[in-house]
Amino acid sequence: MTAQVVAPKERKVAQKRIALTGNHAVALAVKMARVEVIAAYPITPQTPVVERLAEYVNNGELDAEYIPVESEHSAMSAVIGASAMGARTFTETSSQGLYHMYENLPIAVGLRLPVVMGMAVRTISAPINVWGDYSDVMAMRELGWIIYVTQSAQEAFDTVIQAYRVAEDSRVHLPAVVAYDGFWTSHVLQPLDVPEDEEEVVRYAPITRSWVKLDVDNPAQLGAVGTPEWYWEIRWQAVEALRASLKVIQEADEEYGKVFGRSYGILTPYRLEDAELAIVAYGSIFGLVKKVVDRLRREGVRAGALKLRVIRPWPGDMIKKLLEHVDKVAVIDRAINHGGPLYGPMAVEIAATIQKPVYNVLATIGMRAIDSDMIYDAAVKIHRGLWTPNTPYTVGLRGAYE
Amino acid sequence: MSEKGRFKEIKEKIYIRRPQLLFPGMKVAEEYPGLYEYANFELPQEELFLPGHGLCAGCTIGVIARHMLKVLGPDTIVVNPTGCAEVSTVVYPRTNWAVPWMHVAFGNGGSVASGIEAAIKVLKRRGVIDPNRKINVVVFAGDGGTADIGFQALSGMFERGHKVIYVMYDNEGYMNTGIQRSGTTPFGASATTAPAGKKVPGNVTHKKPMAAIAAAHGIPYVATANPAYVHDMVYKFKKAAEAEGPSFLHILQSCTPGWRFEPKNAIRVLELATETGYWINYEIDHGEFRVTLPVPKRKPVKCFLELQGRFRHLKPEEVEAIQAVIDRDVEEINRIVGKEVIGPVDPSLPCITPRGAR
Repeated sequence: MTAQVVAPKERKVAQKRIALTGNHAVALAVKMARVEVIAAYPITPQTPVVERLAEYVNNGELDAEYIPVESEHSAMSAVIGASAMGARTFTETSSQGLYHMYENLPIAVGLRLPVVMGMAVRTISAPINVWGDYSDVMAMRELGWIIYVTQSAQEAFDTVIQAYRVAEDSRVHLPAVVAYDGFWTSHVLQPLDVPEDEEEVVRYAPITRSWVKLDVDNPAQLGAVGTPEWYWEIRWQAVEALRASLKVIQEADEEYGKVFGRSYGILTPYRLEDAELAIVAYGSIFGLVKKVVDRLRREGVRAGALKLRVIRPWPGDMIKKLLEHVDKVAVIDRAINHGGPLYGPMAVEIAATIQKPVYNVLATIGMRAIDSDMIYDAAVKIHRGLWTPNTPYTVGLRGAYE
Repeated sequence: MSEKGRFKEIKEKIYIRRPQLLFPGMKVAEEYPGLYEYANFELPQEELFLPGHGLCAGCTIGVIARHMLKVLGPDTIVVNPTGCAEVSTVVYPRTNWAVPWMHVAFGNGGSVASGIEAAIKVLKRRGVIDPNRKINVVVFAGDGGTADIGFQALSGMFERGHKVIYVMYDNEGYMNTGIQRSGTTPFGASATTAPAGKKVPGNVTHKKPMAAIAAAHGIPYVATANPAYVHDMVYKFKKAAEAEGPSFLHILQSCTPGWRFEPKNAIRVLELATETGYWINYEIDHGEFRVTLPVPKRKPVKCFLELQGRFRHLKPEEVEAIQAVIDRDVEEINRIVGKEVIGPVDPSLPCITPRGAR
């Protein structure tokens, strides 16, 4: 049995246990990372993050410039400008806000700016729905950002700090997003451990300023026209940097474990070693999935689970290794891949990785309620051969495939 | 910290908004001399906008950029939203800018500059940048990137009081994408998305009054300028750089393919813009309105229109309509100033004033 959180006995850094919502945990991580420029625009469910950050700044607890911009497009633009000047930056958004800033997302990649963004995930309009599913962050997969998907307030807190270390690493210089469930993580009060001495965070993730910047003593041009003769080579550097960042992400996570006593890995396998059925999932529902695995094990089914944490860069080799011996792989997707080869985005990618059919489960769309019994029913149907791969299994959809 | 103490501490950092709407009763500069009082200052020999750019023959973007950097100097960061200037000056691996320069997208010059300005402030506080060093942040954007797609970001930047010099070079259309109409295309001009047709005589809307809109935000310095009058333009760059908050310069810029004039007439056509009262050079400095280039006697607007292919389809009554709009604008300006700073049309004036005759 693999523990989800590896907690070594020795922690170098003294910590205190507090209770925070996911949103406030992220805000605290940003404060502890000594962010210098924050530009943000309110949108449910992330708003409490940027409200809390504004409080930190106006109370003098964080020496930063807070730009209350007039849109998400400007939020991303402003952090791109500030990052280009050499500052450590943060913004956060959800859903339509992400789509409003979309134009600027691949630009942060091409300019190689280590912007860190938080995302309390929320589904997309229409109909307008402020509740959580992963339709927003999944739309970032092709852009070149590092994408973390986290399960809890603790993991979101830890991952924001790790993201700064990774993004600003001179081997990486790419933007990173840390996603967590809108409401189920963002608004739920959870216990978490945080360092007593904030200095430890900056010691772990010092502001490197090692990226190419706007510097009046060393004038450079950022964002030149890349003609067909040059565009591909320039963009390719970002492509390769993202692929290579997997190693840095792993290092940063391991180092974080040594210092703070918590690490998560690129992926979190659960009872997969001898599994005949694996459930792949992401976000806050992984706890339910583990419960289902335990229940199936008690009933004699060799079940296991895999939590996706870093989805960009895609850890294909690791996934292959973890799932190659498993007969049946079910992927619970929490976003719809409209008209795609499978109904969910991660199912497509898992299928392409393991090169065999997967069982595509869709759940929590528009934050439709889910419980472990519903996941259990799906798992049992798959295990007994009552469901075929490549057809969608919709958990909780009225009048559909159940 | 008490409330009172807290306010005292930040008082000097608070950006004070001034009412600056262009409306009757707006304050006019006192001791108005009739002519702008130019303080003398040297422009350096050093070029920071370098030759070898890809701008069209007869394009005046280069004139604006070159003089802008001569005034602002090397400690200047340029944000250049998408447009003619951007695609013609920084094509990898070449550049014409000897200062840090950045392009992000089309509609976000104001917000990118806001981020840069904010970063400079915090990095000075944290000792990363020398706190005594004055670094200018400039947005150098076209009319599309300012008056249309970048309007929201521009307004946000003004409203939040970022100390940024926003320079809008106005060639009155989307010239980079092939002469489509924009919010600043004048009445009667033919553009590819507002072509002169049998039923509609080209663009039938009037220029968006960007300087007045900027002034309505209550920013410390707003001016209009014309590169044909370099002495006036450079002084406005200087004043913009000295402003304690956001500043906005609306600069008319002649465009050879868009306006359709012979390249040799690039400056002529701009002179005629001012000589006909089509373009009035003014400033609103801390709420004080001042016409910086008075025109004692105007030439008919026909002189300005005739030089350009984009107006060639206009019928006499349409030219008359444009003349009437200019007459009305001139009347309004004179009424605000309280005296005649822009004179009446003098039909005896030749359209082209010979060189050396002024």
